[in-house]
Amino acid sequence: MSPDAFAVQFLNGLASASTLFLIAVGLSLIFGVTRIVNFAHGSFYMLGIFVAYSLVTRIGDSPFGFWVSMLLAALVVAIVGLLVELVLLRRIYQAPELFQLLATFAVVLIVRDATLAIWGPEDLLGPRAPGLKGSVDILGRQFPTYDLVLICIGPAVLAALWFVLTRTRFGVLIRAATQDRDMVGALGVNQAWLFSGVFALGAFLAALGGALQLPREPANLGIDLVAIGEAFVVVVVGGMGSIPGAFLAAFIIAEIKAMCFAIGQTTLFGVSFSFSKLTLVVEFLVMAAVLIWRPWGLMGRPGAATRNAAEIEVPLKPADARTRKLGWVVLIALVLLPLVGTAFPYTIVLSIDILVAVLFATSLHFIMGPGGMHSFGHAAYFGLGAYGAGLLVKQLGWPMEGALAAAPVAAAVGALIFGWFCVRLSGVYLAMLTLAFAQIVWSIAFQWDELTGGSNGIVGLWPAEWLSEKWAYYYLTLTLTVAGVLLLWRVLLAPFGYALRAGRDSPLRADAIGIDVFHTQWMGFVLAGAVCGVAGGLFAFSKGSIAPEAISVGRSIDGLVMVLLGGIQTLSGPVVGAALFTWLQDLIAREFQYWRAALGFTILVLVLAFPLGVAGSIKRLFVKEVA
Amino acid sequence: MLQISKIHSYYGQAHILTDVSLEVNAGEVVVLLGRNGAGKSTTLKSIIGLVRPASGAVVFAGTRIERLAPYRIARMGLGYVPEERRIFTDLSVLENLEVGRQPPRARAPTWDFEKLGALFPNLREMPDRLGGRMSGGEQQMLTIARTLMGNPACILLDEPSEGVAPVIVDQMAEAIRGLKAAGVAILLSEQNLHFAMEVADRAYIIEKGGIRFEGTMQALSANAEVQAQYLAV
Ligand SMILES: Nc1ncnc2c1ncn2[C@@H]1O[C@H](COP(=O)(O)OP(=O)(O)OP(=O)(O)O)[C@@H](O)[C@H]1O
Ligand SMILES: [Mg+2]
Repeated sequence: MSPDAFAVQFLNGLASASTLFLIAVGLSLIFGVTRIVNFAHGSFYMLGIFVAYSLVTRIGDSPFGFWVSMLLAALVVAIVGLLVELVLLRRIYQAPELFQLLATFAVVLIVRDATLAIWGPEDLLGPRAPGLKGSVDILGRQFPTYDLVLICIGPAVLAALWFVLTRTRFGVLIRAATQDRDMVGALGVNQAWLFSGVFALGAFLAALGGALQLPREPANLGIDLVAIGEAFVVVVVGGMGSIPGAFLAAFIIAEIKAMCFAIGQTTLFGVSFSFSKLTLVVEFLVMAAVLIWRPWGLMGRPGAATRNAAEIEVPLKPADARTRKLGWVVLIALVLLPLVGTAFPYTIVLSIDILVAVLFATSLHFIMGPGGMHSFGHAAYFGLGAYGAGLLVKQLGWPMEGALAAAPVAAAVGALIFGWFCVRLSGVYLAMLTLAFAQIVWSIAFQWDELTGGSNGIVGLWPAEWLSEKWAYYYLTLTLTVAGVLLLWRVLLAPFGYALRAGRDSPLRADAIGIDVFHTQWMGFVLAGAVCGVAGGLFAFSKGSIAPEAISVGRSIDGLVMVLLGGIQTLSGPVVGAALFTWLQDLIAREFQYWRAALGFTILVLVLAFPLGVAGSIKRLFVKEVA
Repeated sequence: MLQISKIHSYYGQAHILTDVSLEVNAGEVVVLLGRNGAGKSTTLKSIIGLVRPASGAVVFAGTRIERLAPYRIARMGLGYVPEERRIFTDLSVLENLEVGRQPPRARAPTWDFEKLGALFPNLREMPDRLGGRMSGGEQQMLTIARTLMGNPACILLDEPSEGVAPVIVDQMAEAIRGLKAAGVAILLSEQNLHFAMEVADRAYIIEKGGIRFEGTMQALSANAEVQAQYLAV
C-alpha cells in the first residue's frame, strides 16, 4: 500500500471516528446514569440528518447559516429526546431491563415512520458545507476540507464534555449518578431532572453527529439501525459508561475499518482475500475479541453494567388440569384448521408463519427466561438452520427431508461454538456478544456470493413432493413445532431445567451445591440453538428461499418482542407472544402504510399496561398470589 | 423534630419492621441499638424513603414524609449517612461534597469545606484525593461530611463506628458531640453499646424488627437484664 493512500485512508478513519464518537458517547452517558440501553439512539442520529437537511436547504447558504443549522438540528432533536424521556422512560425506570429495551425499540419504529411521513421515502442529499467545498492536498492526493473540520470536532467535543463533567455541578452529579444514583437521590438531588438532562444531552450529541454527516452522505431511512449497531459496538468495546473509552474505541474501530479499505483485495498465503468486504464484520470481530479478553470493555469497570434487579419469580410449575385442557383445545383446533383453511388459503400460510415464530420464540425464551441469558442474536441459529438446510439441498443435492433434519445440527454446531464464548458473560455484555455473532453469520451470508447467493440468498428451496400441498407442509410444521415446544418444556421441568434456573438466580450458590453452571448454560444454549435451527429450516422450505434479510438483527429483535410480549416468566408466554406478534404484524402490515409506528405504539401500550407480558398478566388474573 | 409512629416495612414478601415507633427531639442524640439483622438499617431507610413503609407515619418538622421520594426528604433538611458509606469513588473529596451541597436553610447550621475541616481534620489535608483512594476511616468521615453539606437539621447515621480503627471511632464520637453542639439532631444506629454510651442521650433497642426498650442512657446502663437479653453477643 502506498503511503499516500494510507494517509488518506487514515484521515478518513479519523473523520469517521469523530462521528462514531458523537453517537456513542451519548449512548454511553445515558447508560451510565439511567442504566437504560437506548435503542432509539440511532434514531436521534437519523433525525439529526433529516432535520439538518430541512434547515440547511432553507438557511444554510452562508457558512454562518450552515453551522447554525447544524446546532439547531441538534437542539431540535435534543427536545425530541427530552420528550421521549419525560413521556415514556420516566415511567419505566423501575421496569426490568428488557422492557426498557423493548420500549426504546418501539421508539425506533415510531421515529422511523414519523420520518417517513415527514420527509418521504427518498434519500435526501444535502448541499456541501459553504466555505469548505474544496479539498486539500495530502501527499499528492485530494482530501475534502470538510472532513478535516470533522476530524477536529471529535476531540473538541471530548474536551467540551470533559469540561462539563469536571467543572460543572451538572457534570459532577452525572459522574456521581453513574456510580450510585440512589445515593445521589438520598443527598437531595432530583434524579428525574438529572436523567432528563443526560438524555437530552445524549440526543443532542447523536443528532449533531448526524447533522454533520449531511454534506458527506444522503439522509437515509435505514441509517438508524446501522448507527445504533455501530454505537453499541463502540460503547461495549470502550466500556459501558466510559467517555474516554468511547473515544478510544471509536478511534480504533474507525481506523481498523479504514485500513481494511486501504488494503482492499490482497493475496494471503496464496489465497485472494478481500479486506474491504471484511468491513461489515470487522467491528463485531473486534467487539467479540474485546469481550472475551476484557468483558467490561477497554476502559470500563468490572461489574459496572450488572444490575441486580432480577425479579423474584414464582417457580415454574407443570400445567394444572385446566391449563392442560386449554392446551388440548388449542391443539385440536390447530389440527382441524386445514378443514376451514381450504376456504381461506391465506390462513394456512399465516399459520405456518405463526408456528415457525412460536418455535423460534420458545427456543429464545428457553435461554432468556429460565437460562437468564438475554440473547440479542437468536437470528444466528435461525439463519444457520435455514442456510444449512438450503446449502445441503443446493450445493450437495440432498433431499429436502435430510436437509431439514440437518438444520438443527448446523444450528447446534454454531451454538456450541458461539455459546462457549457467550455463557462466560452476563447482562448487557452477553447480549452484545450474541449480537456480534449473529452479525457475523449475517454478513457471511450476505457477502459470500459464490456460496450463499449474497443478498439474493438461496432460491428454489421447495418441500419434497409429498409435502408440496400447503396443508401437508402445515402438518409437518405443526408436528415439529409442537414436538420442539414440548421438548423444551419437558427439559425445563426436569433436573436440567432446575440447574439452569439455579445458575441464573445464584451462580455462586449453584456452584456450591455441585451444579456445573458453565456446562449447564452452555448445553442450554446449544439445545435452544438446535430447536431454533428447526424453525429456520421450516422457514426456508415454507418460503422457498432464504435471504440474509430474513436473518438480520430485525429477526432477533422480533424474537425479543415476542418473548416479552407474552411474558418471560411463564412457559406459555413465548407461544402467546409469538402468535400475537406475528398475527398483529401481518394484520397491520397489510392494512396500513405506517405499520411500524402502529407496531411501536402497540408495544408501548403493552409495555406500559402489561409489565408481566400478556400471558403473565392473564395468569396473574387467575392465579392467586403465592405467599 | 422527627416522629416515627407504627411503621411496618417489607422487603418483597418479608415483613422486616413491625410497629416501630420512635422519636428524636431537636438537638438530641438518640441511638437505635440492636444486633446484626435486627432492623436498624431498615428503620433508617424507611425514614429517608429508600424503603417505603407499608403503613404508619413518619413526621419530620411537622410534615408527613413517608410517601415522599428520598430527594424531597433530604431537601427538607433530613440527612442520611448509609452504613456501606457509598462514597463516589471516582470523585474527589471536594466533588463528593459538591454532590451533597444544598442551599442554606433556616434553623440549621450551614457547612462548608472550612467548617467540615474543623470537624474532620483528615479531610482538610486531601481536598483532591479520589474517594476510592481513601482509607475506610477517611471514607467514613467523608460520607458524614457529604451529608452535612446539605445543611441538615437532623441526620440519620448508620453505624459510624463499624469496621473502623479505634482511633477513628474516637474521632467519630468527637465529631458527633461537635454536631450536637452545633445544633444538629442525630439518630444513630449502633451495635457498639460502649460507643453509644459516649455520645447518646437516649436509646431504643430493636430486635427482630420491633422496639423492645426505650429510655435514657442512664436507664439502659442500669438495666443489665435488657443489655444481656438484646445486646450481648
Ligand atoms: N435488600 C434486602 N432484601 C431482603 N431482605 C433484607 C434486605 N436488606 C436487609 N434484609 C433483611 O432485613 C433484616 C433487617 O436488616 P437490617 O439491614 O435492617 O439489619 P441491621 O440491624 O441494620 O443489621 P446490621 O447490624 O447487620 O447492619 C435482616 O434479616 C436482613 O436479612
Ligand atoms: Mg445495618
